[in-house]
Amino acid sequence: MGNGTSIGRVRGLGSSHQGTHHWLTSRLTAVGNLVLITFLIVSLALLPDYAYATVRGWVARPLPSIALILIMINTFTHARMGVQVMLEDYIHGEGGKIAAWLLVNIVPFAGAAFGVFSVLRIALGGA
Amino acid sequence: MAQARKARPISPHLQIWRWGPAMLVSILHRVTGNGLAFAGLGLLLWWIGALASGPESYQSFLDYTWTGAGGRLQAFTAILGKVVLIGLTWAFFQHAASGIRHLILDIGAGYELETNARWSVITIVFSAIATIALWAFLLLR
Repeated sequence: MGNGTSIGRVRGLGSSHQGTHHWLTSRLTAVGNLVLITFLIVSLALLPDYAYATVRGWVARPLPSIALILIMINTFTHARMGVQVMLEDYIHGEGGKIAAWLLVNIVPFAGAAFGVFSVLRIALGGA
Repeated sequence: MAQARKARPISPHLQIWRWGPAMLVSILHRVTGNGLAFAGLGLLLWWIGALASGPESYQSFLDYTWTGAGGRLQAFTAILGKVVLIGLTWAFFQHAASGIRHLILDIGAGYELETNARWSVITIVFSAIATIALWAFLLLR
């Protein structure tokens, strides 16, 4: 299975040499999430009420806005890597692999873009 | 070859192993992580999108996920919403505690059987206590 032979390389089998980066990035984003999500939970828990004006007013402040933008990037990156590993463990058919590859390379970016855009709309005062 | 293939031993799976704390925490880590990835991030986007769209969208989000006001469908999904929201906070606490355990294992510590089992149990105890404490604070204050 592509352990250095010419035909193995042509077929693209074997290590892609990206494992260490994947592993390290998932740890790095894990530490980021510990800080960011703890901040989100504590902040939301301490809000006086959950009326529209209160919550929107909180999100619009600079620190929460920045934290939420970072959350959109960091959580989706971390989730993308975790879901990828889960799919790699359970999906073995070629068609399924292509579907999984499309899923983990498109949906998280679309989700994060929508999230960042929503925070910016709130923070910069758009309606 | 064809004959030898018949009775070859296969790798044991979940139903073969005797359950232990480390095995349970490993499975919980994957389940909570994927739950947070799909349900958690989906809900996060719904929340921030509704908040950005205006008071009506935000009220609709609250009705579907919590208050149950506005119709029979909302009344039903609000029950699910409460289960999912409380479940997601538990999933976060469990995944975070188990994740910290992984970071410690990554530096090469905590592999002795007794230590490993103890810290596995502690992540489960922590997530239960943290979930109860958070929701007690939110609902009883």
